[in-house]
Amino acid sequence: MTTQLTRNQPAAGSRGTARRGSDSSSAARVGRPGFGWALPATVFFALFAIVPLIMVAVLSFMSWDGLGSPEFVGMDNWSRILDDPVMIKSVWLTLLVTVLGVAIQTPLSILLGVWAAGQQRNRAVLSVIYFIPLLLSATAVSVLWRALLDPNFGIPAQATWLFGDGNLFGKQATAIGVLAFVSTWQFTPFHTLIYQGAARAIPHVLYQAAEIDGAGRYRQFFHITLPQLRNSVITSMILMIVGGLTTFETVLILTQGGPGTDTTISAYYMYQKAFKGFDFGAGAAIALVLVVAATVISLIVVRVSGYDKMRSSMEGLS
Amino acid sequence: MRRRPNYLAGVGSLVWLFLVGLPLYVMLVATVQSQSDYSRNGPLSFPRSITFDNFTQAFDAGFGQYFLNTLIVTACVVGVVLLLVPPLAYAIVRSRSRVTTQLFRLFLLGLAIPAQAVIVPMFYLISKAGLYDNLLGVVLPTAAFCLPMSALILSGAMRDISPELFEAMAMDGATPRRMFFQLVLPLSRGGLSTIVVFSALQAWNGFLFPLVLTQSESTKLITLGLYNFQTAHGMNVPGLLAAVVLSMVPVLLVYLFARRALVQGLMGVGGK
Repeated sequence: MTTQLTRNQPAAGSRGTARRGSDSSSAARVGRPGFGWALPATVFFALFAIVPLIMVAVLSFMSWDGLGSPEFVGMDNWSRILDDPVMIKSVWLTLLVTVLGVAIQTPLSILLGVWAAGQQRNRAVLSVIYFIPLLLSATAVSVLWRALLDPNFGIPAQATWLFGDGNLFGKQATAIGVLAFVSTWQFTPFHTLIYQGAARAIPHVLYQAAEIDGAGRYRQFFHITLPQLRNSVITSMILMIVGGLTTFETVLILTQGGPGTDTTISAYYMYQKAFKGFDFGAGAAIALVLVVAATVISLIVVRVSGYDKMRSSMEGLS
Repeated sequence: MRRRPNYLAGVGSLVWLFLVGLPLYVMLVATVQSQSDYSRNGPLSFPRSITFDNFTQAFDAGFGQYFLNTLIVTACVVGVVLLLVPPLAYAIVRSRSRVTTQLFRLFLLGLAIPAQAVIVPMFYLISKAGLYDNLLGVVLPTAAFCLPMSALILSGAMRDISPELFEAMAMDGATPRRMFFQLVLPLSRGGLSTIVVFSALQAWNGFLFPLVLTQSESTKLITLGLYNFQTAHGMNVPGLLAAVVLSMVPVLLVYLFARRALVQGLMGVGGK
């Protein structure tokens, strides 16, 4: 704001008299929109996102079967879910799936994004195909892969040399592998886009200077490209973490939480508790755990990285 | 010229092409085979005879209705977003009050609120409001969850408008309203088309809100239709994949015509 003022001042002054200069600065105050412009969106957002968020906390102390009125039950839901081995297991599974997602997708999408930002001739054609998974709904992606990986009618039945007995959904390790793979397939294009944009925005001068200094391709990548992508890494990681913690459709459609409860991650367990078991209080408690986890992790990433000190929130995206 | 680590990334990109291309190929090939051919030959073989029965089957299973419902919801969500976000982004970018700065932070935090987290109270609120099993009950939360990202994208586009232009209009005595309509909106067309594409995608692909907020055939959306079809006729892979293809068609069309808006907007340069 101060830089903007100092930038404007000489411009107004150079146009002429002091009177006009003072006119323009008062006009700068008058010509600015008030809070009223933001009000409709804020009210709407508060009503359908903030209020439910607060209600989730309230409902976690209440018992509700979905029909009658919720009743206050104190810590009952909390003590039940904290004693529930399936819940504890689901938290670990959620963390595992999230970490797997970040660990696989980050290098892959940096690599693809930097590549897609380059000047190759075949790039334009290929990137049209690359980004198709981004356009499909999580539902469509999961339905597609469920069919493709079907033990009897899918690819594993035809390629036993690769898949063994073919039943990827029958063992915990392979079932988690399927979840990680399908999420990667679905979300890598989005993160690739973030990195592609960021890589294109890196000033050419940096590479020219590095070239003059005799830095090779890989040194350029590690000493220019990666540091310049820092903000994008943070943006992309926050989105991956939130996405990972809330993985739902893939589990519902691909594994139904199975075998047994071996892929029952927290978001899916919440859905089961609330909408299948009609135990909405416990569902709300699990949901609150998810919100707190997502917020805390995001805030830590933001604080550690200094992202919140950036002048514009778009810096990470551009 | 700027040089790139081409070899490693080049190999990675080819692997990725295979990973993306193969399932899409299998899907398209499966949809033109009869169910018995598919079961006999497996997903990787070339089709021997071509049929379009699977698509008619999908329509018979109700996908025409689902398609229409999804169109209605998508149009309404885009409408709400277009009504609410431009004034919000304008205030975020141009207002000097502390409140709007804090507001922007609130919306940024909103990026981290997952729909899963609020689904239980949302079900409560929507039921109490009498909107359960009503398309409007899906539109409202879906639109609300489009706001943070849309505000981020559009305020980014509006920030790129040169302050001198505002200064010039202010000197001519323009009101904030006039600046909004004559300067800000025309110059942020790129950002506007991006938020349209973004929120349309969210609405078209949304699953969780329809899953818990609707139940009857007449309010079923296409993603929910896919899920139900999979649960009911999971063995009929060609029919199922035909339904998947149908659900993709409008999105692919938009992608072909508005790819630039989508890609540029995600990169935060929507206004240029």
